Amino acid sequence: MSLIPFAILALLALLSALGVILSKNAVYSALWLLAHFLIIALMYFALSAQFLGIVQVIVYAGAIVVLFLFVIMLIGGTITPIKHESRPYARIAATIFGAIFLLGLLFAVAQGVTNLPAPQGAPDAGSVQAVGGPLYTTYLLPFELASVLLLIGMLGGIVLALKERKRL
Amino acid sequence: MIPTTYILLLSAIIFTIGAVGVLVRRNALIIFMSIEMMLNSVNLTLVALANQWGNLAGQIFVFIVIAVAAVEVAVGLAIIMAIVRHKDTTNIDEVHLLKG
Repeated sequence: MSLIPFAILALLALLSALGVILSKNAVYSALWLLAHFLIIALMYFALSAQFLGIVQVIVYAGAIVVLFLFVIMLIGGTITPIKHESRPYARIAATIFGAIFLLGLLFAVAQGVTNLPAPQGAPDAGSVQAVGGPLYTTYLLPFELASVLLLIGMLGGIVLALKERKRL
Repeated sequence: MIPTTYILLLSAIIFTIGAVGVLVRRNALIIFMSIEMMLNSVNLTLVALANQWGNLAGQIFVFIVIAVAAVEVAVGLAIIMAIVRHKDTTNIDEVHLLKG
């Protein structure tokens, strides 16, 4: 990917990120979040991480955003402009914090990551085959632990939902 | 090819937007979305660096992070649902059960 498509994608990613935090309605936030995740998935493809791009679309755009939308629809999204939602001093403090934090991060990148050689990744470095090999050999233990974590998370979700139902 | 530095700068900005979102918004759902955005920006960093050094470890790390994020969303949204049933609000300023 050359620079101009990247610049367009980056701009869209930033716009959708701002859309998430500035929308009045939580549903619009979730839709901006969907756009953001899809743009990031495109960037993964451009960075020769095809498998992760697909996983990003399936898990983030397909599962997580849909889960968010389910919950918003269930509890009835409230529409509150940021003005009424947060206190003015909190907004000012957050903006100042954000500016300082961003300056720090940009400074760290500019200082720490200079004169990098050209990226060494092969175009098919992130194919399913290339990622699957190490995932099932070298990184088998973290992979299995992730499956245990998913099981525990599922049980946790069920327990949280059941307990409240008994009380009602 | 895109220089890795540009991608690192982009994800730094996205991370900051997410952090400011957590601080500014009071709606628990939107705070949660901002946290997801921050996680995603770090994933982008890891993928960019995996591409930079031709090393797959970063991509596998991202894979595990995505699994953890899925669990986190499931449990977190269950907690938000429980809070809404209990207090009928998603405004985190009104949820202060643990405040002394």
